Amino acid sequence: MQDALTALTLGSTYVLLAVGLSMIYGILRIIHVAHAGVYTIGAYVGYLAWGQTGSVWVALVGGMAAGALSGWLIYALMYRRLLEAPRYVPLIASIGAFIVIQDLLSKPWLMGSDRLAMQADPGLPSVGVLGATVSPEALYVLVVTAALLLALAVLFRRSDIGLQWRATASDRELAGASGVSVERAIASTFAVGSALAGAAGVTVAVYTESVFAFMGEVPSYKAFVIVVLGGLGAVLGPVVAGFVLAFAETLLIANAGFVLPRDAIAFLILVIVLIVRPQGLFGRARA
Amino acid sequence: MSQYVLSVIASGGVWAILTLSLNLITGYAGQVSLGQAAFFAIGAYAAAMLSTRTGFGFVPAVLAAMPITGVAAAALGLLALRVKDDFLVFATIGVNFIVVAILQYTDAFGGAQGIVAIPLPAIGPVTLQIGAYAGLVVALALLAGFASRWVERSWLGYGFAAVRQDELAARTIGVPAAQLKVVAFALAGLLAGLAGALYAYFLGNVFPQNFAFVISIQVMAMLVLGGLGTVPGAIVGAAVLTALPEILRPLADYRYTIFGLVLVITVSFLPGGIMGHGGLGDRALGRLRPRRAAT
Repeated sequence: MQDALTALTLGSTYVLLAVGLSMIYGILRIIHVAHAGVYTIGAYVGYLAWGQTGSVWVALVGGMAAGALSGWLIYALMYRRLLEAPRYVPLIASIGAFIVIQDLLSKPWLMGSDRLAMQADPGLPSVGVLGATVSPEALYVLVVTAALLLALAVLFRRSDIGLQWRATASDRELAGASGVSVERAIASTFAVGSALAGAAGVTVAVYTESVFAFMGEVPSYKAFVIVVLGGLGAVLGPVVAGFVLAFAETLLIANAGFVLPRDAIAFLILVIVLIVRPQGLFGRARA
Repeated sequence: MSQYVLSVIASGGVWAILTLSLNLITGYAGQVSLGQAAFFAIGAYAAAMLSTRTGFGFVPAVLAAMPITGVAAAALGLLALRVKDDFLVFATIGVNFIVVAILQYTDAFGGAQGIVAIPLPAIGPVTLQIGAYAGLVVALALLAGFASRWVERSWLGYGFAAVRQDELAARTIGVPAAQLKVVAFALAGLLAGLAGALYAYFLGNVFPQNFAFVISIQVMAMLVLGGLGTVPGAIVGAAVLTALPEILRPLADYRYTIFGLVLVITVSFLPGGIMGHGGLGDRALGRLRPRRAAT
């Protein structure tokens, strides 16, 4: 049971990061590696906001705002001019941007140390479930994830902008011809998806009690594993895939005898799934 | 030349061969791979293990590492038959992580301690010092460049181009796309095996982290910077990105920031790369070439 709770918490952080990535992939079809840079920036700003106020909720808002802003900037300054270029061009640019973000954040003049301890108290109780305990930090992760996913679902299904996102993702030109402001739909997808990445950064910082420049290294590629497993560009897919992956990893590690590290497991699952279903678990085959 | 300059030249030659290997898959056949470091690792480990455990000499170890890597790469090429486009990018990234994890966690491959004390390269009774070794590596890089150029202009190269431009159309007119993809991976494996073996002898010790995912990114960056799909581009890109961190040594603290900015700026303003069509090097060379009448 404790394992299941760990997996649920871990899965929540995966999902927050992967959903935004999947939205961005869905609308622009670019492999946005720098998304994990946005996640790291969110964690740092969340750390600063927590340092000022001592509140993890202010930290969350700060991290999400910083995520939204930096994600939008990456789009406006970089991707916007690369939309017509061959597919590998935005990919390389994105990797370059990720390297720059990580390298700058690791500089001592910026943050003092390359690894900062963040012993935040979420002010939540410890909850016992079927003989296992949910720590206050884990409860914070679960609450934040549930609230944000619910809000996102409402936004997607019930609001005008959600309709515009879906229209633009399914056919950019047709959406534009039907009066959707494609530019605004793309920019807001980046802002909202990146805010979720910022939230993921803050929740991971609170849960692991630390912030460091290279915290996005592994999540960056693991989020893509989830997005691919979920069927590139889908929104529900990555939610399911994120939790499935977290449970699979936790189970395989708990029942020892498995020599590969956690990160390789994700990729092993990915390669096997792609061999069986080249369009991802929930993706539809394209002609 | 100092030892330092010679070793930078030798490593530049290794990177050039590896970049040419990626160029075969991605530049010619259009299959984007971000897992080239996996093949590099297989070549390096094959040579390292043959030389330290079975007493192979330098030349036989290198010659054996090439087909071993070629077969492994062809096997991965089978993956590209099923998995396409962005999914292939992720599958190759996955293969890179899996290969590094296997090397790291398997005692037979030395685990995290790697394989150490690879003897100095020697041809017959002559031990190659760094100067001779740098010369050999650069000569092999040029040879790999000529071989690539030959492939590019052969029927094989036209087949690759057809698969790259429109796989469905190519198959419709009878181009054996599936076989060509596997051949592209196999040939790339031969070159990556050569690069890996030369790198193992250059370093003297190999560790799993020498072949981490960042190496795959670096090789892709070299190729895109130089000019995807062109032999001069692969070589120039490898040379520039090998030399850049050394030239920037005074700015060592910011070398990754500068590296990242170079990537962003190059692909944003020069998507064809330095030597690609319309690039700086291409225009400079164009002035030297005899002009063809416009049609």
